[in-house]
Amino acid sequence: MAQKRAVLVLSDGSAYFGSGLGAPSLRAGELVFNTGMTGYQEALTDPSYAGQILLMTYPLIGNYGLNHEWVESGKVHVEGFCVRQDYGAPHHIKSEHNLDSYLSDNGIGGISGIDTRALTRKIRTHGVMPAALEVFEEKEADISALVEKARATDYSQLDFVEKVSTGKMYSSHPSSNAQTISGKKVALLDCGVKGNIIHELNKRGCEVMVFPAFTKADEIRSFSPNGVVVSNGPGDPARLGSIVAEMKTLMKDYPLMGICLGHQLLGWAAGSKTYKLKFGHRGGNHPVLDKKLGRVAITTQNHGFAVDEAGLGPDWEITHTNLNDKTNEGIAHKSLPIFSVQYHPEAHPGPRDSMYLFDQFVKSL
Amino acid sequence: MPRDSTIKKVLVIGSGPIVIGQSAEFDYSGSQACKALREEGVKVILLNSNPATIQTDPALADRIYIEPLQADVLERIIKDERPDGLLATMGGQTALNLAMEMHQKGVLDRYGVRMLGTGIDSIHAAEDRGAFNRLIASIHEPQLKSVAATSHEQAREFAQTHGFPLILRPAFTLGGTGGGIARDKAEFDSLLTLGFTLSPTHQILIEESVLGWAEFEYEMMRDGEDNCITICNMENVDPMGVHTGESVVVAPSQTLSDDEHQMLRSAAIKIIRALKIEGGCNIQFAVNQKTGEYVVVEVNPRLSRSSALASKATGYPIARVAAKIALGYSLHEILNAVTQTTPASFEPALDYCVLKIPRWPFDKMPKAERRLGTQMKSTGEVMAIGRTFEEAYLKAMRSLEQKSPVIKDAELEHHLTQPTDLRFPAVLRALQLGWGRDKVATLTSIHPWFIDRFAAIAQMEARLKSEPFSIPLLASAKRMGFSDAHISSISGQEEHALRSLRIKAGIKPTYKMVDTCAGEFEAKTPYYYSTYESENESVRSARRKVVIIGSGPIRIGQGIEFDYCACHASFCLRQLGIESILINNNPETISTDFDTSDKLYFEPLTFEEVLNVIEQEKPDGVIVQFGGQTSINLAERLAAAGVPILGTPLDGIDIAEDRERFRELLSRLGIAQPKNGTARNQPEAIAEAARIGYPIVVRPSYVIAGRGMAIVNDEEELKTYIAEAVDVSEKRPVLIDQYIDRAIECEIDGVGDGERLWIAGLMEHIERAGVHSGDASCVVPPVRLKEEVQAKLLEYSRAISKSLGIVGAINIQYVVRDDVIYVLEANPRASRTMPYLSKATGIPIVQLATRVQLGEKLKDIAPPEPLSLPYYAVKSVVFPFLKLRGADFVLGPEMKSTGESMGIDQSFPIAYYKSLRGANLRLPAKGTIALSLKDGDKERALPLAKQLISLGYSIAATPGTAAQMAELSGRIQVLKKLAEGEPNLVSELKAGRIQMVFNTPSKGGRASSDGFAIRRASLEANVPCITNFEAAEALAEALAAAQGGEVKPKCLQEYWKKE
Repeated sequence: MAQKRAVLVLSDGSAYFGSGLGAPSLRAGELVFNTGMTGYQEALTDPSYAGQILLMTYPLIGNYGLNHEWVESGKVHVEGFCVRQDYGAPHHIKSEHNLDSYLSDNGIGGISGIDTRALTRKIRTHGVMPAALEVFEEKEADISALVEKARATDYSQLDFVEKVSTGKMYSSHPSSNAQTISGKKVALLDCGVKGNIIHELNKRGCEVMVFPAFTKADEIRSFSPNGVVVSNGPGDPARLGSIVAEMKTLMKDYPLMGICLGHQLLGWAAGSKTYKLKFGHRGGNHPVLDKKLGRVAITTQNHGFAVDEAGLGPDWEITHTNLNDKTNEGIAHKSLPIFSVQYHPEAHPGPRDSMYLFDQFVKSL
Repeated sequence: MPRDSTIKKVLVIGSGPIVIGQSAEFDYSGSQACKALREEGVKVILLNSNPATIQTDPALADRIYIEPLQADVLERIIKDERPDGLLATMGGQTALNLAMEMHQKGVLDRYGVRMLGTGIDSIHAAEDRGAFNRLIASIHEPQLKSVAATSHEQAREFAQTHGFPLILRPAFTLGGTGGGIARDKAEFDSLLTLGFTLSPTHQILIEESVLGWAEFEYEMMRDGEDNCITICNMENVDPMGVHTGESVVVAPSQTLSDDEHQMLRSAAIKIIRALKIEGGCNIQFAVNQKTGEYVVVEVNPRLSRSSALASKATGYPIARVAAKIALGYSLHEILNAVTQTTPASFEPALDYCVLKIPRWPFDKMPKAERRLGTQMKSTGEVMAIGRTFEEAYLKAMRSLEQKSPVIKDAELEHHLTQPTDLRFPAVLRALQLGWGRDKVATLTSIHPWFIDRFAAIAQMEARLKSEPFSIPLLASAKRMGFSDAHISSISGQEEHALRSLRIKAGIKPTYKMVDTCAGEFEAKTPYYYSTYESENESVRSARRKVVIIGSGPIRIGQGIEFDYCACHASFCLRQLGIESILINNNPETISTDFDTSDKLYFEPLTFEEVLNVIEQEKPDGVIVQFGGQTSINLAERLAAAGVPILGTPLDGIDIAEDRERFRELLSRLGIAQPKNGTARNQPEAIAEAARIGYPIVVRPSYVIAGRGMAIVNDEEELKTYIAEAVDVSEKRPVLIDQYIDRAIECEIDGVGDGERLWIAGLMEHIERAGVHSGDASCVVPPVRLKEEVQAKLLEYSRAISKSLGIVGAINIQYVVRDDVIYVLEANPRASRTMPYLSKATGIPIVQLATRVQLGEKLKDIAPPEPLSLPYYAVKSVVFPFLKLRGADFVLGPEMKSTGESMGIDQSFPIAYYKSLRGANLRLPAKGTIALSLKDGDKERALPLAKQLISLGYSIAATPGTAAQMAELSGRIQVLKKLAEGEPNLVSELKAGRIQMVFNTPSKGGRASSDGFAIRRASLEANVPCITNFEAAEALAEALAAAQGGEVKPKCLQEYWKKE
């Protein structure tokens, strides 16, 4: 078998050649970087990465392998994967696959051996940009075709939520070893939910009813939940006005928690808008100040848009701020049990400092 | 919370002399803390007995006390200075123990001094094993089954219940001193006795063994508002059972899944919160990677060697932030000094792999046991940064500057199963022999992921050996981290040709920045490492610039003194507005701190890597005088490559280092030298020795710190020496010198400008000639040398310096017998006494030496020569013998000390007394002193014994020594020889009835078996043992002076005041 090769081409015309990983393929997406040093499998399977080619800034990826446990959804969602160095023979008692075979099984291509730091600096300077990644064996890649493909890709003009959301409603019940069985039911709007959000709610004794993202408020009401969670997910929140509309009515009657995309949608519901960040926040080391507690949490982040604090209505307050760039990380309603955070309290991957938010939410039910 | 404005004056405690387990990292953390405090307008009072430290510079402390780190001294300073706060978490275990003692004695309360940062209760909870275990249990974190035993009975009971192997750790000792693994009852009993003796609280933690589990460390930080962050996690490549200071360590962890990493991180946060640490701490975990279970091993509630490593590995200045927290700030109120835009309350993201490898002293102490365990034996360490593990490993190995001894195939399994310093070379060798990854992993208990990395290196070596040479192959090898020299040694091409070929093919290093954030934000502090990638981030400035070559890892003979010099050179350049560019690889030191130089390259100090940096930066000059032998050895090749070397012309360096040329120079100047010769083989050596006359000093040419040097008394000894020394010195000849005994050794340090020599000091050694200058105690100004001899010494020095064309630093060593002066050697570089002289005189000598190298003249910049000080400054040294089993501590021409202290006082005996206490010697105020002297010294014992008796000491002596003191018969206790039964010196030491030993070893340094046992027993009983008669005499004077009145600490600034 010929050795797999790969090329990553950016919309600015630059090309990076490396070894191929995973499935021979040609895909395009928005090139983004993540600074986490562990948790590559959780990232690969995070639906929020739909439409994006993910680059890991940590150079050694695949060390401890991959398995059926460290997943956040049923499949790999990235359009492509870029690493400096992958290891074909991982070692971990729980490892079942190496990176190459895992990507192959999921039909996704990857590239290794490239100067990932140079690319990171490029994105930092110029912002995220469209790119195309081709993994090939025999024929040579057609660079100009790849440039065209990259340039033809506009992340902001695509709808991803409907592709990653559940097709039909289902329920997830607390496991028998949950801390307590609260008997509470949570309706979760699945915009591309990470598995651990459901798990953390289950762990706190809640039954989680997972609804397709575009479910109408009335249908959700008919299941008489005790509270609503709007999940994380991919894409530009400005395209999801229909979800915002349903949230507005649900908010009147239920405690609500928004996470990541869910936070951005709550921002819209609170009268604000969102805007695109130059290169987003992706990693597990971002400091966020919880203004009420006066305490800093190190958080997992994965977002390319942020809530514009200027537009928030008078009933809303800013609860969390990113200490790196002072962008908004959380809002809450001043009198109702409604709040959201831009980051990922469910971790997976990343620090578990913010699990208390789930406690706070479950307590409000 | 904003800064607490009631804190105006802070006392910072340093860690004292460099010893195994407590090295330059505490000058690094202490200095960073001082800087952070002064930034806030806090007045800093500094106590440290080690003069070779940056923290004891006037730029970092307002009041500097170079005084013993002893409770009485500290109490007196607190009484005199009345600080608002005490910062004790920067000076290692020494500072922490002292602070605890101050608290227990009520001193802190009495004078209203607050412990800043982590408080007394937290320190107690982390350090007292019983309290720690209870705390860990209370937060439901898993821990090892253990007992904090205070008696033999309690210890044995635990052993009976749990069986062997067991780990023993004496409480409150540093670097695991006295600890170890007991595999059976005999080992257990001997460790118990030693541990109870060494632990200041007579407590030993005994715990079940998790040998073979993986070890992880978390560097944590917490502020007063309970914000917690992880600076870095690190994985020990060596499994549990090898002290973390002895382990090869990689950052970040490589084999943990995110789930496991977060599990440990969360546990670490739980622990730091429960302990209420305010500042930094280090938490160690053991993980069974077959089951996923873990246990908490221990917590260091202070800055540590690991925190220094974590700082350098991530770019995060832990000590600086900890000091700000101690002043009351919260983490998010402190700025990340590297990005200067983001707060300190974040967790660094690495986009590279960092490896630390310890540097062991077994090359200097071949008889010491090489096996690694729970007690530290290494003196220093190197760090390397690469984009892959392989690259970091290969770079780190080069940074050690140590040729790995050839491992015999028959001994491979031994090195793999019993961890020694050679285990990683052994792993590589085993893989080359085709042993297979699983077998090697099983034998070593090293995680197979790491074994695979070594396999990749072995495979590349095999390719270089077997495949025809090609550019793509060369590119792959370079990208993996192979040096040109390494490739050339395998492929056979000459290194220089390979370099040209490589550069022509465009295979050149790129430099990447260490920026704390994996490129996410723009960083302002340029700290670089090389790698073979596509983008080079280092941008050459248009400014005038100078490169300083550092001194690499701390080893015996090349210690923190040289780092001090490199730092000062950098400070000087920056003051002059010249861009300073430093190259070094020692993570413990200040020279590799992010703000010491304008640009830092964290690189191995090989010809190739140094030249690469120089080609990148194209500096106006390169300074080679301040990196010890490491940098001076590179001068010739660099100059040949067209690099502008600053200072003394190469020819001058060559004359100083070439014996023949140096001999010619001296004879031209009419200055005497010990008779000497050169021999290339045994017959030549025998003939030369006969001509010169025994005793002789023999050594291989071009040495660092007397490596392989010995005093030889007869032909028989000479034959043995030649047989051993030839492979030490490779193709270089053996040098033979007349040994001038019963003489005074002395040396000068100075700065030349090509014409004039400015002399910084004339130092007289206290021990007789024959002790390596680095091991000798010395004093400025001299006390025994006649004035006319001193004048002559200065005159000779000026003549030699001028003839060599010295521009910059020089050190010249002399021996004086019967007023005749002989030159021993001239070193055309900064010496290890330069920091000590700087502290003694208050003159920044290195800065002077730097400025002349930039072309300035002494007449324009030099202060008057500080030759007649109105006080005495004595340098004493510390030895690593306790940590190195099997090593004898007889002093000779081979350097063995690891660090130094200084004592300063109006009176010489008191200055000596202070320096000895500063060197951690526990000088008894009363009790029994045992004498066991060699022929030649015995005869002089009587007046010494009388003096000691008059001071109130009792005297015990071995039979031969006692026989020389018939006059005192009946008033002294006569001990038996060891073979003749008890009481003998060893049994009395064990019984705690001897408080000090004077034992001078017979026959030019060769240990008689009794002497060896006596010295070892005194070490293990923690009783001072003086092995040099002149030192014993000076000590008796010092004890007498100390009894004569209160010994008072006084700050350096008081001494330096112009009268």
